[in-house]
Amino acid sequence: MPEPGMPGAGRRWLPRSTEGWLTLVILVFGGVLGLATDTFLTFANLFDLLNISAFNAIMAVGLLVVLVAGGIDISFAVAASVVQYLTAVTVMQLGGGNWAIGLVLASAFGFMLGAINASLIYYFRIISIVVTIATFNIFFGLLMFFTRGRSIYDLPDWLLDRIIVFEFETPGGDFAFLTLPVVVMMAVVVATWLFLNRSSLGRQLYAMGDNAEGARRVGINIAAMHFLAYGWLGVCAGIGGLMQAHYVQEVVPNALYGRELDVLAAVVLGGARLGGGRGTILGALLGVTLVTMTQNGLNLMGVSPYAFQMVVGLVILVAITMSNLEGLEAFIRRFRSGRARAEAGRQG
Amino acid sequence: MRAAFTRLLRGQGEILGLLVFFAVVLVFFGLTTPRFLAAGTFQSIAFQLPELGLLTLAMLLPILSGGLNLAITFTANIAGLAMAWVIQLGGGPEAGLMMVLLGTAAALAVGALAGGVMGVVVAFVGAHPILVSLAMMIFLRGLGEFLTRGGDISGFPPFIATIGHGTVFGIPLPLLILLVAALLWQVLLGRSRFGFSTYMAGSNLEATRYSGIDTRRVLVLVYVLSGVMSAVAGILMLTRFNSVRVGHGEAYLLITVLACFLGGVDPFGGFGRTAAVVLALVILQTIASGLNLMGAHQHLATALWGVFLIAVMVGRWVWQRWSWRAPG
Repeated sequence: MPEPGMPGAGRRWLPRSTEGWLTLVILVFGGVLGLATDTFLTFANLFDLLNISAFNAIMAVGLLVVLVAGGIDISFAVAASVVQYLTAVTVMQLGGGNWAIGLVLASAFGFMLGAINASLIYYFRIISIVVTIATFNIFFGLLMFFTRGRSIYDLPDWLLDRIIVFEFETPGGDFAFLTLPVVVMMAVVVATWLFLNRSSLGRQLYAMGDNAEGARRVGINIAAMHFLAYGWLGVCAGIGGLMQAHYVQEVVPNALYGRELDVLAAVVLGGARLGGGRGTILGALLGVTLVTMTQNGLNLMGVSPYAFQMVVGLVILVAITMSNLEGLEAFIRRFRSGRARAEAGRQG
Repeated sequence: MRAAFTRLLRGQGEILGLLVFFAVVLVFFGLTTPRFLAAGTFQSIAFQLPELGLLTLAMLLPILSGGLNLAITFTANIAGLAMAWVIQLGGGPEAGLMMVLLGTAAALAVGALAGGVMGVVVAFVGAHPILVSLAMMIFLRGLGEFLTRGGDISGFPPFIATIGHGTVFGIPLPLLILLVAALLWQVLLGRSRFGFSTYMAGSNLEATRYSGIDTRRVLVLVYVLSGVMSAVAGILMLTRFNSVRVGHGEAYLLITVLACFLGGVDPFGGFGRTAAVVLALVILQTIASGLNLMGAHQHLATALWGVFLIAVMVGRWVWQRWSWRAPG
């Protein structure tokens, strides 16, 4: 039980973790949307949300790994576009390929792009935000230069055919269905959870994120950890990119440009700390849920799509502020005491 | 005499290195691009440099304080929008000088507000500047798109074009604005209590706080000034293009970061000088104009900036190792 006078005392019914807060906000927000619109709380819409957000969720758990390791990466969404292209071109060269070849290729290309980031960050001791700002521009610039901005529609059949894993007719007569990306997302999420929470390597990653120098002195291989973290995100980006190409049935070079900010926002919303050592899979997924729900809800309520980004930005800004509540409380206390002093001065 | 010369060299190593690099760039483009070494090229550099330069100055302060401001370009856009809005209220093309001055004040106020909000969240909440400014950037971009629906705002009185295109004694007016701003930064950082506190906060925030400096006030001021400088860039963009479009100058963000690091600013904060950054800016703008004259593909140029940023960072890493090993 919290001591009286501690922050949080007397508010025992409020959630104490970021995940708890997010769940509360999502439930309240979902309830409001359910009442305000008659389409939000339908199976068809909720399943659609799952299908749409599969890509973001795959990226989010990958990015979480890098954030936990104490880094940041903003090049991954553009890297996913590069992987889409490389994979599509390679399987065509191989004469069509299949899902197994496609997934292996996408993972390999993704890992390679992640390894480029990792080696620049580790070997030359360049701060990760600077490296990934640079690789973001290199990846995107080269992709647009070599493709001349042209899209690929002529994809192999296995990639184009929609795979519906689960489907049922809702009482309203709509069809609610789950597609392959959702299954892949679940697999990636479970794999990342096992990696971060049940493997020694994952725990070493948390250690490095919390205190890199301490981790090095304990004997953790910092170089390997860098390649593991950025490589893992690269693989997630590769797989996510393939799923996105499968879902929209085309490869467009600038389709994922800017998506990194949405994903980063979602993961940070979920309580991952920039600077490393803290963050959970559940939090990242809840963050993705909240961002997706906000956009979907605004859409259903008929808000202009131009306003979406504004609201998302505001939500993140508020969330960052709320997740560091002690600092805010100190601010308010200072503000109040300052005002009290001023009033006392006026009276006295 | 010789000892004095070496001492002079040691203090100015950064600047000298940049000057040598500038010479190399000039020779390279002079040899490869026939039309490069002409008055027209340098005229255009002098007119294009200021926008980038003002944004770089806006980026410099937060980096020195150990942070980053990713919202500078959109702060500039929104400040430009505020000015455009006031001018539209005052009659658009028929608006008088008073309305334009009022619009300028509104733009600066909007810049200060955007910066101030970031500063308060960074200083009092302790949230990471990258995240705070990223959220602000997403918000401002969304706000701008919401207000303009992705279109252009134009229709200003013709006399404001003089600010963007005029010259005084043959020196472009925008360049003069940049020089004044750079001088202001130089004095602020090198000569004032606030500047000293900014460097200290960038090197070690906790130690600075324990030494009795109100680091929160310093950080808020850093972001307010960064926002105001972005707004100045936004006003200049408005006068140069005679229109405001949200997203204009977005590509400058990478180059401002690049200019700061090329100019020897420590990515973790605490060290860096305005003069070296301004010199780095001139080099970058020269390269940009040179690439443009060579007819480089727009996206290839983007990729080159990225390569260049990494090359600068790797170069600095090599330089540091070498100077550690060197005796003395």
